[in-house]
Amino acid sequence: MAALDQTQVKEGVDQETVDAVREVGAYKYGWDTDIEMEYAPKGVNPDIVRLISEKNEEPEWMTEWRLAAFERWTQMKEPKWAMVHYPEIDFQDQYYYARPKSMETKPKSLDEVDPKLLATYEKLGIPLKEQMILAGVEGAEDAPAEGRKVAVDAVFDSVSVGTTFQEELKKHGVIFCSISEAIREHPELVKKYLGSVVPVSDNFYATLNSAVFSDGSFVYVPPGVRCPMELSTYFRINAENTGQFERTLIIADKGSYVSYLEGCTAPQRDTAQLHAAVVEIIVEEDAEVKYSTVQNWFPGDENGKGGIYNFVTKRADCRGDRSKVMWTQVETGSAVTWKYPSCILRGDDSQGEFYSIAITNNMQQADTGTKMIHLGKNTKSRIVSKGISAGKAQNTYRGLVSMHPKAKNSRNYTQCDSLLIGDKCGAHTVPYIEVRNNSSRCEHEATTSKVDDDQLFYCRQRGMDEEEAVALVVNGFCKDVLQALPMEFAMEAQQLVAISLEGSVG
Amino acid sequence: MLEIKNLHVKLEEEDKQILKGVDLTVEAGKVHAIMGPNGSGKSTLSYVLSGRDGYEVTEGSATLDGEDLLELEPEERAALGLFLAFQYPVEIPGVGNMTFLRTAVNAQRKVRGEEELSAADFLKLVRAKAKTLKIDADMLKRPVNVGFSGGEKKRNEILQMAMLEPKMCILDETDSGLDVDAMKLVADGVNALRDEGRGFLVITHYQRLLDHIKPDVVHIMANGRIVKTGGPELALEVEHNGYADILAEVN
Repeated sequence: MAALDQTQVKEGVDQETVDAVREVGAYKYGWDTDIEMEYAPKGVNPDIVRLISEKNEEPEWMTEWRLAAFERWTQMKEPKWAMVHYPEIDFQDQYYYARPKSMETKPKSLDEVDPKLLATYEKLGIPLKEQMILAGVEGAEDAPAEGRKVAVDAVFDSVSVGTTFQEELKKHGVIFCSISEAIREHPELVKKYLGSVVPVSDNFYATLNSAVFSDGSFVYVPPGVRCPMELSTYFRINAENTGQFERTLIIADKGSYVSYLEGCTAPQRDTAQLHAAVVEIIVEEDAEVKYSTVQNWFPGDENGKGGIYNFVTKRADCRGDRSKVMWTQVETGSAVTWKYPSCILRGDDSQGEFYSIAITNNMQQADTGTKMIHLGKNTKSRIVSKGISAGKAQNTYRGLVSMHPKAKNSRNYTQCDSLLIGDKCGAHTVPYIEVRNNSSRCEHEATTSKVDDDQLFYCRQRGMDEEEAVALVVNGFCKDVLQALPMEFAMEAQQLVAISLEGSVG
Repeated sequence: MLEIKNLHVKLEEEDKQILKGVDLTVEAGKVHAIMGPNGSGKSTLSYVLSGRDGYEVTEGSATLDGEDLLELEPEERAALGLFLAFQYPVEIPGVGNMTFLRTAVNAQRKVRGEEELSAADFLKLVRAKAKTLKIDADMLKRPVNVGFSGGEKKRNEILQMAMLEPKMCILDETDSGLDVDAMKLVADGVNALRDEGRGFLVITHYQRLLDHIKPDVVHIMANGRIVKTGGPELALEVEHNGYADILAEVN
């Protein structure tokens, strides 16, 4: 039975997907939490940067690091090369720090957290009480942990609300906490790794993030440890006119393994909101990191009003030999997405993989892809990108595969498939390939197809209604990527795929 | 059961009349065959009955057990019990055959207010039915019709039919592209479903399928109309003399 259920998920659409489509409106996370907030004044300047640092009770070196980043940022220009269009962002008309008043004194445990906040996450379907993620499983202590429990760090606007399973993780030597806590408690690790993958001056948004990031998650897995459960962070933007700038730092020490999930939602608002995150992953010798994202920020309404502008820098550095990183992303939300999770394959025999589903409907725009930088010998990378456009949306895959002179015998395989629903949307593929040695090989395949009327009619003749038929065909199209997700997320992702395309046909 | 009266159909996009007054009644428990030369409108009839886009009914009616088919969406017709075995079964990459079947079965059950089949019951049922059609477990796991041989595709259609248990089955040139052995398998599958409550409309070019699926009534269709109706002997006549004689006789 259990085995069959698994195949069902991996094979394509499931009844639950279909039910979800029926039950749920276009964006199911559009509500907001009425909670008293404390804001820093609007705009960004050195005082705001100092204030954020102070609120987080940071040491002097961190404040200096931020101020240097801010100084740098003032000299930078917003990049314009992506195939996305949006009104000029007034960076001084945003709040850069917002936290629930009840978080003023840091709660010592989850029991002390404002019930309203806990209720918010509960409503989002995210368990903050330490519990088994699979319903009906009792006796958490004795059960084999693998694949059963998910430790959660919940970030609400600018602050981390709480992190579950910290004690149990500690037993294995795994550190999983908010980044602000890590800066206070583990400065040696933070100092060593922060900004070492995404330098402060990397790009406009990353630099801004370095100056004003307020919270985020921190993971350290010690040598030889296989993290006993999935780790995850749920980001929720609640406050209006507030940008969320989170910072995630994941360090997998020699021979360790960790799987990390990230989920994002935001209320439905008329005004666009900014989200500029930075994720850095360090993978040492023989270590492996899986990083999965289900991004479901508010996409704006069907006329393109509101929504999240998602400008994110994610990069993994495979420093050690035989290290491995795998990015999997399901991007269904945001009005504008600008995001290229990348792998630096520095160690010999290191491997990078990127699996992506980007869905754009209505007026959404996505410019997303990856960079695979092959530096070490015998390095391998694999890119599977599925872009789905409906309505008047534009979807661009932009990727770089670079083989450096020393990256002898390296391999890349890239597959970019685009699926169009209707005739007012667009799909674009922009691959860059640079090979600077003669023993490496790159393969690139790209296809563009339309949801075929014959396929839909075939499904409908067998009894499925139109939305069910579209969900089935699209889930089939995405199968390679959905398979790469951890079980718990695969279900959610399937439902999201169906929901995001609601009303796109007919 | 299936009642078609004076059905006139033209293409939606161009001014081309395809069906020019088809009258046909298929009773429960009976197998009717429609034969006819290429372009006579046989496939169009099957598409119009099942609700494919691109056709416009200009006159006439089609009902199944008294329900007006032409007013319904394709999936509503399916839930009423109308099944079309496609001449060219469609490939759906990435969607497992089993998932497809289960989604279809449960979608119809839901519309009819029946409880969904549990995963275990469904699996048991599929395996049993697949076995009689010599469909192995591997074929059930593979994506729908992707990389299937001609014979596998047609057997898969019959498997879907067996799982959905429709009242009225239309087989559109199910014999095309089949060798003798494959045709025998398909025919056996169809014969196993023959039942007093179920009607069949078998569209075919050739008599040979009708050696295996014995029809009660044979119709000859030409130029958008049924021009002659008779018993199984009519199919044999076509086999021996071709359509020319019959068409000459009608004209």
